[in-house]
Amino acid sequence: MIRLQNVSKTYDNGANFAVADTSFSVEKGQLMGLIGESGCGKTTTLKLINRLEEPSSGAVFVGEKDIMDSQPEALRRNIGYVFQGIGLFPHYTVAENVAAVPNLLQWDENRVQARVQTTLAMVGLPYEDYGDRYPAQLSGGQQQRIGVARALAAEPEVILMDEPFGALDPITRAELQEEFKRIQAELELTVIMVTHDMTEALLMADRIAVMKQGEILQIGPPAELINSPQHEYVQEIVEMPKRRADRLDQVLRGNGAGVTAS
Amino acid sequence: MNDNLREQLLVLPAYFQGHLVLTLIAMTLGIVISIPLGIWAAQSERVKRPLLTLVSIIQTFPSVAILALVVALLGGRIGLVPAITALVLYSMLPIVRNTVTGLETISADVVEAARGIGMSSQQILVKVRIPLALPVIIAGIRTAAVWTVGLATLSTLVGATSFGNYIFTGLQTRNLVAVTVGSLAAATMAVLLDSLIGGIQWLMEHRNERSSSVYARAKTAVLAAVSLSVAVVAYSLMPEEEVDFVVGGKGFTEQYIIAGLVAAELEQAGFTVEQRLGMGTEVVYEATANSSVDVYLEYSGTVWANIMGRDDNPGRQQVLSEVTEFIAANDSMRNAANLGFQNLYALAMRKDRAAELGVNAIDDLLPVADDLVAAGDLEFFGRPEWLKLREIYGIDFGEKLTFDTTLMYTAVYERQVDLISAYTTDGRVASFDLLLLEDPLNALPPYDGFLAASESAMANPRFVEVLASLQNKITDEAMREANKIVDVDGGSISEAVTYLQSLID
Ligand SMILES: Nc1ncnc2c1ncn2[C@@H]1O[C@H](COP(=O)(O)OP(=O)(O)OP(=O)(O)O)[C@@H](O)[C@H]1O
Ligand SMILES: [Mg+2]
Repeated sequence: MIRLQNVSKTYDNGANFAVADTSFSVEKGQLMGLIGESGCGKTTTLKLINRLEEPSSGAVFVGEKDIMDSQPEALRRNIGYVFQGIGLFPHYTVAENVAAVPNLLQWDENRVQARVQTTLAMVGLPYEDYGDRYPAQLSGGQQQRIGVARALAAEPEVILMDEPFGALDPITRAELQEEFKRIQAELELTVIMVTHDMTEALLMADRIAVMKQGEILQIGPPAELINSPQHEYVQEIVEMPKRRADRLDQVLRGNGAGVTAS
Repeated sequence: MNDNLREQLLVLPAYFQGHLVLTLIAMTLGIVISIPLGIWAAQSERVKRPLLTLVSIIQTFPSVAILALVVALLGGRIGLVPAITALVLYSMLPIVRNTVTGLETISADVVEAARGIGMSSQQILVKVRIPLALPVIIAGIRTAAVWTVGLATLSTLVGATSFGNYIFTGLQTRNLVAVTVGSLAAATMAVLLDSLIGGIQWLMEHRNERSSSVYARAKTAVLAAVSLSVAVVAYSLMPEEEVDFVVGGKGFTEQYIIAGLVAAELEQAGFTVEQRLGMGTEVVYEATANSSVDVYLEYSGTVWANIMGRDDNPGRQQVLSEVTEFIAANDSMRNAANLGFQNLYALAMRKDRAAELGVNAIDDLLPVADDLVAAGDLEFFGRPEWLKLREIYGIDFGEKLTFDTTLMYTAVYERQVDLISAYTTDGRVASFDLLLLEDPLNALPPYDGFLAASESAMANPRFVEVLASLQNKITDEAMREANKIVDVDGGSISEAVTYLQSLID
């Protein structure tokens, strides 16, 4: 469904590559996690898929079609996008924000209205209570959920998410992760989800791509990454959740390094 | 209620209407022109710099100069058009600048999101950038509105009615009640207009509360205010009955009195008359040349020096007849009547001080001039009259100070200065009992008051007859006394007019 073919992106005429000779594909109905340290090129990779950025070389296909052959606005309206900076329109109410893409696609009013209600219900912010509010009247986590609702609203087949659950408390976060995973599986959505959180990637992704300095070091199902990491960095990053769990265990037993004074 | 106050309040509706029409039309045009310019500038660096520079430069021009320039550019047209043109030019800076700033300071995240969900650049502009820039743009509009209400008072100078009529007449005739009423009225209008725009902004920003009763009430209030304003503008733009003649005038007491006299005489003859007073010399001269004004009081020396550019002095009669020929030949104006008085610059001093120094004429000053302190009105020491005096008599004073006219008279009266530049018909010359020094070498050009009339009006024989009946009817003393009634005794213009009429008939 999404395929990158030797894609590179440089912002400074080749001195540095934000994305370097990257190829991968995501099948229809799959959720790929994209993980890696800050500045490694995750956001750039997403932007290359909906033409917010254009590749310096290589080609990107969405649904078998070279994206350079689509009109950029039409392409973007058919790809849901959750922005890292959320990017809600401050002058639109919550309902208007969610309705933005359906309206761009000129859906009829009743259909938009109904869809806004369903989507808001999906992210746990019912229309009756939140529809008429402005983004400034929401908490950070609520805004993030509206960002997800906006991406889902126009029933796209492809969704790109840039740290969609970053600002949520652990409980809401877990709920929303599960809820999203359920919707994604049910509607067979093709999703790329950028995250810093390996646990989230392990729990939600069908496959995980680990990125470093613009390159994808390894890509595969969670089990494969854990069992046969092909790179020191990959090993380090996939073991992070387990290391933390062990450490937590130690703390709970009262012999963690941080608690023993001597 | 005080008579003076009642008299001022009587003209309030007319001045209010004039001021509101000027302000609203100028603001509407200013917004319609400036916002698109600002949007254009925000898209293109190549447009932005020159445009912002241009509107800033316009702003640095003194407003009175802009008004005079606009009148000249419009070929001597006076009234609403030049006033509105100047106001629009002035309103541009805050609106254009705030539009550019507003559009440029929108969060990049939001613009990227708009692009990312598939809006075209056009849609991003209309649906996201402009609405988000709106508070800043509206702040610019509010600034412009307050400036425009203030500056609209200057429209009086180009013959458009405004609260400026109160202020300029009041300042000239020392009628503080008029000045106060005018200033308060302008300030009130500024505050009201600002709140109205603020109200519109509030309504736009609280759309999500549109079902609340506060919103409904605010909306009713705003709608009522807007409809009322539009109604007033529409009403005043309806073609009014043409008056037969327009009497013009510059902005000082003598002008107001003579205009009142001429208007009264024309009305007695059965004509309808409108007065447009408080204009600058260039403005009223141009306006009469193109028949926007039909008659006003001009002085031979003013035309001689300012318009003909002459600085010689062939004598009173010669100047008057050359000026009469000049205005007919060059500017299609006629000299309808020489009124008989002269209002020229002269040096004046207290009689006791003159006696002390043994001075009667300007040349008597020569031996003591180095020890004297002279005071001039705001322009005197820059005018050709002074340069001429200095050249012909070879005279200069130990100290030369510049004063507001009122303070200047007080200063000479209280002996803070030795002599001043005075006008020969100024009422204060009489009331302070000042001596006007003789000018044996004829250095100062003559300033005979005459009625300059438009060619078209002079085609009416009855008009010609009425004005001709004023020929040589007003002496220097009579004019001085009439000015004194207003300037010194605090009487009204109509009292001074009545006084002059009593001398004529
Ligand atoms: N518009 C741009 N101009 C120049 N350099 C850019 C631009 N956008 C990104 N970069 C650079 O490209 C690299 C990758 O950036 P990117 O935003 O893709 O990182 P990221 O993996 O999303 O990081 P984070 O986890 O912090 O969001 C960084 O070094 C960044 O400085
Ligand atoms: Mg990023």
